[in-house]
Amino acid sequence: MLRDITLGQYYQADSVIHRLDPRVKLAATVLFIVSLFIVDNFVGYIIAAIFLACMIKISGVPFRYMIKGMKSIVFLLVIAVVFNLFLTPGEAVLSVWKLKITKEGIRIAVMMAIRLVFLIIGSSLMTLTTTPNNLTDGMEKMMSPLKIFHVPVHEVAMMMSIALRFIPILLEETDKIMKAQIARGADFESGNLIKKAKAMVPLLVPLFISAFRRANDLAMAMEARCYRGGEHRTKMKPLVYHRRDRIGYLIIFAYMAVSVCFGRILKIPFLNI
Amino acid sequence: MGIIETKKLIFEYIRRDEEGNVEGITRAVDEVDLDIRQGDFIAILGHNGSGKSTLAKHLNAILYPTEGTVWVDGKDTMDEACLWDIRQTAGMVFQNPDNQIIGQVVEEDVGFGPENMGVPTKEIWERVEESLKAVGMYKYRKHSPNKLSGGQKQRVSIAGVIAMHPKCIILDEPTAMLDPNGRKEVIRAVRALNQAEDITVVLITHYMEEIIHADRAVVMDKGHVAMQGTPREIFSQVGKLKELRLDVPQVTLLAYELKKSGLPLPDGILTCEELAEALQSVE
Repeated sequence: MLRDITLGQYYQADSVIHRLDPRVKLAATVLFIVSLFIVDNFVGYIIAAIFLACMIKISGVPFRYMIKGMKSIVFLLVIAVVFNLFLTPGEAVLSVWKLKITKEGIRIAVMMAIRLVFLIIGSSLMTLTTTPNNLTDGMEKMMSPLKIFHVPVHEVAMMMSIALRFIPILLEETDKIMKAQIARGADFESGNLIKKAKAMVPLLVPLFISAFRRANDLAMAMEARCYRGGEHRTKMKPLVYHRRDRIGYLIIFAYMAVSVCFGRILKIPFLNI
Repeated sequence: MGIIETKKLIFEYIRRDEEGNVEGITRAVDEVDLDIRQGDFIAILGHNGSGKSTLAKHLNAILYPTEGTVWVDGKDTMDEACLWDIRQTAGMVFQNPDNQIIGQVVEEDVGFGPENMGVPTKEIWERVEESLKAVGMYKYRKHSPNKLSGGQKQRVSIAGVIAMHPKCIILDEPTAMLDPNGRKEVIRAVRALNQAEDITVVLITHYMEEIIHADRAVVMDKGHVAMQGTPREIFSQVGKLKELRLDVPQVTLLAYELKKSGLPLPDGILTCEELAEALQSVE
C-alpha cells in the first residue's frame, strides 16, 4: 500500500508546459505570486484569472487536481477572511454585538481570499507539471550564482534528489518494520495520543539505524563512482533553453506588464471598485 | 605486473569500547599476496568474516592498507594524487542493490559515474546506451529503479560501473541478496562482460557454484589466503573445503562421496555432464 505513494504531485501528461524548462516555470510562479500582491483592484484579478485559466487549459491537468491542494489551506483561508472582515476599521455595513463588518473589510477579505486561492492554484500548477527531479535541477541552476557566497548549492540539490530517491525505499522499510513489530505484539492503533507516540519508538529506532546504514553504504558507493562534489562535474541532462522557453519568458513578462498596468497604475473609473 | 597486485597486504581494525579505549586489534586481512592479470576472471571465496570484503575494498582505494602495498594498474593506492584514476580503473559493485543506485531513473543512475568524471554530455549518452545494452537493461532505461527486481537492479549497478570504462570490476557479493534467478542473471552478465569486453573481473562470493567459470579462485580464511588455484584444483580438495566451512556444489560432493566409497572417478568434477560422462566411462 505504501509503495504506491507518488511524490510531489506530478501529473503525467504531454503538454508544452510540461516540457518547459523548470527555470521558466519557477520564475513564472514567483512572478505570478508577486503580481497577485501588487495588484489592488479587481480588474487585475480578472486578468490573473484569465491567465491562470489559459495556463491550466494548456497544461492538460484536470482542474480537480488543483483543488486538491486547496484542502490544506481551507483553515488558513477562513481565518484570513474572518479577521479581515471584522477587524478592518471603516464604514460599518452590519454590526453584530461588538463586532462590525465594514465596507473596507469586505473588500480586503475578498481580495485576500482571491490572492490565497490563486497562489495555491498557481504553485500547484508548477508542481503538477514538473517532476521533482527536474525541479531540483532547475533550483540548482537558478541558485548557482549563490556559490560566490559559498552557499553549497550543488550539495543541497544532490541531497534533495537523494532524499527523493530514498523516500519510497524508507516507506517500504517502515511498512516492513511495522509488520515485524506487530507480529511481536506491538500495538500502534489503540490508546490516546501519548500512548500512540510511545508506540512509535520501536518503529523509529530500527528505521533510523537502517537509514544511517544505508547512508553509509550510499556514501561509499558514490565515492567508488568518483563522486567528489560539484566541481568538474558534467551533466547528462543539462538544462538548455529552447525557443519555447524564451516564448515562455516573453509571455510571463507580458502578463506581468499588463497586470501591473491595469491592476495598479491605470485606474479605470467605472471598473475601479 | 598485472592489473591488480597486492604485496604483504595487512589491514587491522581497531576495536574500541564505549569510552573509546582500544580493546583489541583485529587483523581482517593478513599478508595477502595477489597478482591479477588483465582479462582474468578471479573469484574470491570465504565464509563470513574471512576478510574477503575488506580485501575487496582495498582494490579501489576505499580502505587503505595498514601495512603492505596495493597497486592498481601500476599505481599505489596510498598515493592520493592517483585516487580518482584508481577508482575509475577499478570499478566496484556492492552487495545491496538499493544502497548503491543514486539516480531516480535507470539511465540517470548509469550516467552518474561519467558525470562525476567530467565526460562531455554527448559522450555520456553514448556510454549509457552502450553499458545498458551490455547488461541487457536497455529497454528499462526510462524506468524507476524502485520498480525493478533485485537482479535487474544489480545489472543496472554493473552498467553504472561499466559506463566509467574501467579495466577491472570488483563485485563484492553482488548476489548475496538475490533470489536464484537474479543470481543467474547477474553472473551471466558478468561473464559476458569478461569474455566480450575483456574486462578483468574480481568476484567475491560465498556461493561455490558461481566460481565454476572463473579462471582462478582464491579461498580466504581468517584473513589469509588458504587455497589458490583453478576451480577444478580447488574443488578436488573437498575435505579441505569442508574444514574451511565452505559448501561444495552438489555434483562435486556426490562425485567425492562416490569416489570415497570406491568408484574410480577423477577429482574436481564441476558439472552434471562431467559426472555423467565419468560414470559412463567407469562402466
